[in-house]
Amino acid sequence: MTAVDVRPPLVETRSLGKTFDTRKGLFGRLLVRGRHLIQALNNVNLTVDRGTTLGLIGESGCGKSTLARVLLRLQEPSRGRIIFDGEDITEAGPPRMRELRRRMQIIFQDPYASLNPRKTVEQIVSLPLRVHEKLARKATRDRVADMLERVGLKAAHLNRFPHQFSGGQRQRIGVARALILKPEFVICDEAVSALDVSIQAQILHLLQELGRDLKLTFLFISHNLSVVGYVSDRVAVMYLGEVVEIGPARAMLVDPRHPYTQSLLAAVPRLDAASGRRRTLLSGDLPSPLDPPSGCRFHTRCPHVMAHCRVAAPPLGELSAGHSVACHLYSGQRPAGEAS
Amino acid sequence: MSTPALGAANEAGQESILVINLRKFRRDRFAVVSAVTVVIFILMAVFAPLVTPHDPYDTDLLRRLQPPVWREGGEWSYPLGCDALGRDLLSRIIYGARISIFIGVAVVLLATVVGTLAGLAAGFLGGIVDAVISRIVDTLLGFPYLIFAIGLMGMMGPGLENIILALVYKEWTISCRVIRGETLAARELEYVEAARAVGASKAHIMTREILPNVLSPLIVVATTRMATIIILEASLSFLGLGVQPPLASWGSMVSDGRAFLLEAWWVSTFPGIAIFLLVVSINVASQGLRDAFDPRLR
Amino acid sequence: MTASAAPVEPLLSIRDLEAHFQTQVGLVKAVDGVDIDIFPGECAGVVGESGSGKSVTFLSVLGLVRPPGWIAGGSIRFDGRELTALTRRELRRVRGKEIAMTFQDALTSLNPALTVGSQILEVLREHTPADGARPAEAQALEMLSLVGIPEPAIRMRQYPHEFSGGMRQRIMIAIALACRPKLLIADEPTSALDVTIQAQVLDLLMALRHRLGMTVVLITHDLGLVAEYCTRVIVMYAGQVVEQGPTRSVIDDPAHPYTRGLIGSIPRLSRLGEKIRPIEGQVPELVRLADECRFRARCPVAEARCGARIPMSDLGGGREARCVRPGGRR
Repeated sequence: MTAVDVRPPLVETRSLGKTFDTRKGLFGRLLVRGRHLIQALNNVNLTVDRGTTLGLIGESGCGKSTLARVLLRLQEPSRGRIIFDGEDITEAGPPRMRELRRRMQIIFQDPYASLNPRKTVEQIVSLPLRVHEKLARKATRDRVADMLERVGLKAAHLNRFPHQFSGGQRQRIGVARALILKPEFVICDEAVSALDVSIQAQILHLLQELGRDLKLTFLFISHNLSVVGYVSDRVAVMYLGEVVEIGPARAMLVDPRHPYTQSLLAAVPRLDAASGRRRTLLSGDLPSPLDPPSGCRFHTRCPHVMAHCRVAAPPLGELSAGHSVACHLYSGQRPAGEAS
Repeated sequence: MSTPALGAANEAGQESILVINLRKFRRDRFAVVSAVTVVIFILMAVFAPLVTPHDPYDTDLLRRLQPPVWREGGEWSYPLGCDALGRDLLSRIIYGARISIFIGVAVVLLATVVGTLAGLAAGFLGGIVDAVISRIVDTLLGFPYLIFAIGLMGMMGPGLENIILALVYKEWTISCRVIRGETLAARELEYVEAARAVGASKAHIMTREILPNVLSPLIVVATTRMATIIILEASLSFLGLGVQPPLASWGSMVSDGRAFLLEAWWVSTFPGIAIFLLVVSINVASQGLRDAFDPRLR
Repeated sequence: MTASAAPVEPLLSIRDLEAHFQTQVGLVKAVDGVDIDIFPGECAGVVGESGSGKSVTFLSVLGLVRPPGWIAGGSIRFDGRELTALTRRELRRVRGKEIAMTFQDALTSLNPALTVGSQILEVLREHTPADGARPAEAQALEMLSLVGIPEPAIRMRQYPHEFSGGMRQRIMIAIALACRPKLLIADEPTSALDVTIQAQVLDLLMALRHRLGMTVVLITHDLGLVAEYCTRVIVMYAGQVVEQGPTRSVIDDPAHPYTRGLIGSIPRLSRLGEKIRPIEGQVPELVRLADECRFRARCPVAEARCGARIPMSDLGGGREARCVRPGGRR
């Protein structure tokens, strides 16, 4: 982590929750009975300190992308608060949100779907400028050209269309669009996951460089533990809409405490694998989010499951400074006589 | 699996998608021939006064039911023969093209504008707007097209404007459904989300981000619908509910010839062939367009 | 010819393979002079990024390259037969029965309108005589339980969409293995899966490999997977094989600058805090390629000699690299 900052964390969530209703339309609401609510986020408490990167790990369906969208108010939270730079923005009205949007941005996963195929690079990258700063045409163009060069493209690319670029170059365009207003907070939602390894490394490099120069605060979402470990100061792990462990990157990836984090880490294929190493393999699939398990949500797959886990959900409790885990193995409240 | 490197910035990429699509269209011989036929019909309609040998309204009872040129009694200056009032059939068919094509274009244009606006609003705004528009569309689609139009014409009375109105009343639902579906899909795309994330307004997102991307299926639908409209107009005119004499419409011409089918088949047949040719050409050409524009077939 | 000192005859031997695609930008040489040997019983990893030609190479083996692509030359010998000389019908008999392939996207590779049981039966009936010793149903059931599908008798009658991604991948493996092929080509079998499910599926695949005595080719973009599961690695770049050899020695001491760059690009959990070193630039377009090293424009150690067509050089110990100065770091 970086030097001590007396200001409050840049981004904070308090008991954030998001529930989706799977029923469609008027008739759906009247006719569908039984389970129809998906708790995509449940009681999420996170803080992202200024100038740091919080990595967010989880498998598909764990709610990490929903968290990104709720944080930016692209989707409305169902419960809890979102605090940005000390201000509660959970219910900020459209004019205020519009002002805030220049300070928070997102880089998407799919470099193909995230760029409008019918717009030129100039139109795409200049959109934030046109919305927030009414500059003259020439000035806008210059700013866009500058930004393009900063992300490793050329001013000559201004009038080209997205389909004329490779995946890596497209992602650079996405980065340029997100950073042209010099935001403070940037969410990378699987921003390098769709890219080839050598291109992924280029974009990671670029993000780190720009992050340093522009003093950015990142929320870096990925299912790739190695990538998250590489860019993050702190790492949070999500499972079925809940944060199960959060802590300093090194501690999380060298000595993970939650059984889920441990098995995630064990499943990562490694370059330096000693062939035939023993791994704790998770059995079974992710339970349906429509019908999450009672008690600890991980108990159906946990290798250390105890009777207690099936009934009571473990709270996120601090193990050591800045390292918290939601697991009965580490909570003082676990039934006496049980060995871990 | 890895597609052979087409992703990298290529030189052909300098061309817009439209140019690539049109080049693909050109390779489809059938579609090209059909498109040319359609264009000939349109040119004929536009320059009707210059290309017709006679005034289509000029009656000459001496030439009553005169046969086409290759039959006994036919002559070169009236190549397709004459109708019951001795009017030149070729000239009437050429003028009839004006009516058919004008009605087709007018109905499709009006319906597309209305349908696009409604579909965009329903798909993007959702909620109550979507519920209301979708219910109206469902209700209108419940009526058989021709019967619906006959009913409306009965209420409004025949005439050129009324026939256009009567068809637009139902026709807009077609483009509305297409646009609504496309908009629903486009709304979830990341680039639309990206525009929201930078704080762009709803109006901007609807008109600048979504609309341009939902238009190409519309072009295809609109051309196909043109053919249907021409048939419907012909049907209404055939029933006497369409354009009124002395205006010549292909449908009313077929109707006029009914009484003489045995002695003078040409009076009904040639306008019928004109309808057939134009409709088939439009359909084949629009199928070609669809193939060329469909990204899945690219 | 491979100078590999292996005394055994390869099960699959690809020589000078050329697969071309006609595209709007011109002729794309997706596979350009590829030599690959796969030995019986081994698990070989084929690694490369998009456009490296790794998938097209093995689609060629099965005769599955479709227009606008075609096999423009070369030889593919499998178990003593020349596959490129077979008729379409003969090839179909080899495909599925002797060589099977699984694909990345199990949902689109399975027919959504048929139950998974009938899809396994279809393969069995296609390739085994009707008077087979055991009814095909029993075999299908056995395959499903072999790949770890719980309650196979019930699941047989379900449709692909009723299974999770990991389960679908298992079903695809069951279909592929239904006729006990000698060679299984697994094309990115786990790229669409979460990391914990990926580990389950690959461990299963390896267990089945031992049990059925199968040879496996694992096509992937993830060098980590190869390190974990494969004894030998073949690295492809821009339509060519650039390096091959025993996995450990290639990863620990890569000879080709591309392999070095690829390894340097991967963040490693065991080396937190260490900087990655990306390869600059991008994969060349595979049209109008000059006769030179394909990696020349991105290579940090390129020199004048790289401007010619570079042959594979034998490095000993079963290793080869397509570089004028393999392992050279100066």
